[in-house]
Amino acid sequence: MREIRLMKGNEAIAEAAIRCGADGYFGYPITPQSEVMETLMALKPWETTGMVVLQAESEIASINMLYGGAGCGKKVMTSSSSPGISLMQEGLTYLAGAELPCVVVNVVRGGPGLGTIQPAQSDYFQAVKGGGHGDYKLIVLAPSSVQEMADFVELAFDLAFKYRNPAMILSDGMIGQMMEKVEMKPYRPRWTSEEIANLHPWATTGKPKSRERNIITSVELDANAFEVFNHKLQKKYQQMEEEEVRFEEFQCDDADYLFVAYGSSARICQKSVQILRGKGVKVGLLRPITLFPFPSKKIAELSNRLKGILSVEMSAGQMVEDVKLAVGCKVKVEHFGRYGGVIHSPEEVVDALEKKIIGG
Amino acid sequence: MAIDIKDIIKPENLVYSKSSLLTNRPMHYCPGCSHGVVNKIIAEVIEELGIQEDVIGVAPVGCSVLMYNYIEVDWHEAAHGRAPAVGTGIKRLLPEKYVFTYQGDGDCAAIGTAETIHACNRGENIVMVFINNGIYGMTGGQMAPTTLQGMKASTCPFGRDVQRDGNPLKMTDIVATLPGTCYVTRQAVHTAAAVRKTKKAIIKAFENQKNKKGTSFVEVVSTCNSGWKMTPMESNKWMEANMFPFYPLGDLKNE
Amino acid sequence: MAKIRGAIVVDTVTCKGCSLCVEACPTDVIRLADEVNGKGYNFAYMFNPEACIGCANCAMVCPDSCITVYKMKVEETV
Repeated sequence: MREIRLMKGNEAIAEAAIRCGADGYFGYPITPQSEVMETLMALKPWETTGMVVLQAESEIASINMLYGGAGCGKKVMTSSSSPGISLMQEGLTYLAGAELPCVVVNVVRGGPGLGTIQPAQSDYFQAVKGGGHGDYKLIVLAPSSVQEMADFVELAFDLAFKYRNPAMILSDGMIGQMMEKVEMKPYRPRWTSEEIANLHPWATTGKPKSRERNIITSVELDANAFEVFNHKLQKKYQQMEEEEVRFEEFQCDDADYLFVAYGSSARICQKSVQILRGKGVKVGLLRPITLFPFPSKKIAELSNRLKGILSVEMSAGQMVEDVKLAVGCKVKVEHFGRYGGVIHSPEEVVDALEKKIIGG
Repeated sequence: MAIDIKDIIKPENLVYSKSSLLTNRPMHYCPGCSHGVVNKIIAEVIEELGIQEDVIGVAPVGCSVLMYNYIEVDWHEAAHGRAPAVGTGIKRLLPEKYVFTYQGDGDCAAIGTAETIHACNRGENIVMVFINNGIYGMTGGQMAPTTLQGMKASTCPFGRDVQRDGNPLKMTDIVATLPGTCYVTRQAVHTAAAVRKTKKAIIKAFENQKNKKGTSFVEVVSTCNSGWKMTPMESNKWMEANMFPFYPLGDLKNE
Repeated sequence: MAKIRGAIVVDTVTCKGCSLCVEACPTDVIRLADEVNGKGYNFAYMFNPEACIGCANCAMVCPDSCITVYKMKVEETV
């Protein structure tokens, strides 16, 4: 029987983590995502699935607890919001450099600085461009509903372990706080220690006589050897670009114009599409689900028959750079978005398309 | 009748040899560095307790960043200062394994102060080894949080000025005040007697972990002859005369 | 009368000539060689082997674990 519940996006993350067999959550409270840890603590998964939940002293400690747990082949996750994610960047580059899988949820709020607790999408750069030092990428999933908040936890773990790379769920305060109905997935048992040894032979579980010792590290003092390692990382990111691109299309088939928007902005743009179609304007929406890897090929393909593209994000214009790179200079690409915690209305988006693209 | 050396050097007469848990890789430490001695002691302790298959070590950033090359156990190399958080993650998810962290003074008592204090305060059931030589060795002899007043380093070339630089930090005294720690001790490795005592302390620390007693914290007051610009022997004498009065050896807590 | 005799074997390849063993030896057995190893270090050796009592102090303070120690009881006939 289907299990349908009404819940907040943040609560869905917590519930999904337990159900997909996560081994540990380490986090530090920050608005607008504190319900993730609050829900986990209230559900007491250590008494049921055995999942560990711990409040760390900082986001820096949280992400490094993930480094420890992930190195042991465990499914570990954390969640935070923009300023906390900034603090985690050091840990994320170490995780990527040590090729460790983990899931990080970013329920984005307006920045820069301490900023505001209202929703924003201004962490696109720090999510998809690496964020910390060095040449690395995170797998970035952008949910646009509470259902996807729940579903993407398992997907993020699967991708993280497939590629031995950190995965981020890039949400925002709107989806984190809104309530919607969610169909819950059945419980998946946590991996046993035997399964971990078989599935993840690199994991540090204590060195048995039967194998060489496992070392989780990101340091290599030989520059030539380190370049070879970097090639390996780049090959992995290329494979992600070939195999893992996910997106959703709304009325793109006959479109003259296109919105590109993810997460909350995509929800708003759906309404804008309706308004414009009502006026006889053929407009569609492409919603990237993976922000890295980005659906560049799909956007390039669509652009061959488009008159213009509006990238709509709750930021001063971050994703628009990737849309422009995908399109080249074939068609006009503009950005529209309110930011600093302000959410644009469907009408504002309609107005922007009419002024910046159709009339511009 | 004179005994030939060859008659003594026989397997049945062996009394001390390199631990089988030390790899064949020559250590990268400078000649006379205390790190080599403490690395060796940890290998001997793990070997003698017979827990090799259940140990996960956490190496820091600093001179001992490559420590994972030397001891035959599973390892994590942590970001600078984060070893106690990494150790927490490992131990919480593998509570039946033995976890130890190994940090220098910059890692443990400057950049990682919060991680050190909070791991100890939670009473993480791990062993923390803290090497205090009062200087940053790896980066070339800069001032450490534990650099003594008036002691010279490349970023305080005229000596530590407490008005400008603050006072040397006694991290071990701080963690001894926290209820999460069960055993806090300060040792050294400059003489064979001191090496024996440090080994006993580290054995006790691992036994505490076996008995789930909380955090065991072992400081080893050490030399950095390269950073101090002395010979290894001069460094030992300088340490006894200057470091020991400020960082006195002995147990601070033993519950 | 029984007497304790010891001997050490130094791994001259890994010895870095720090001389901590020289200082640690209670019977003044060890010195650094005039010759050097492949890394250019004057390695430790038994200068006065007769005096070695196999106490292992030298090996214990050796940072590079390059000293192996042997010890035996010798019956001395007068």
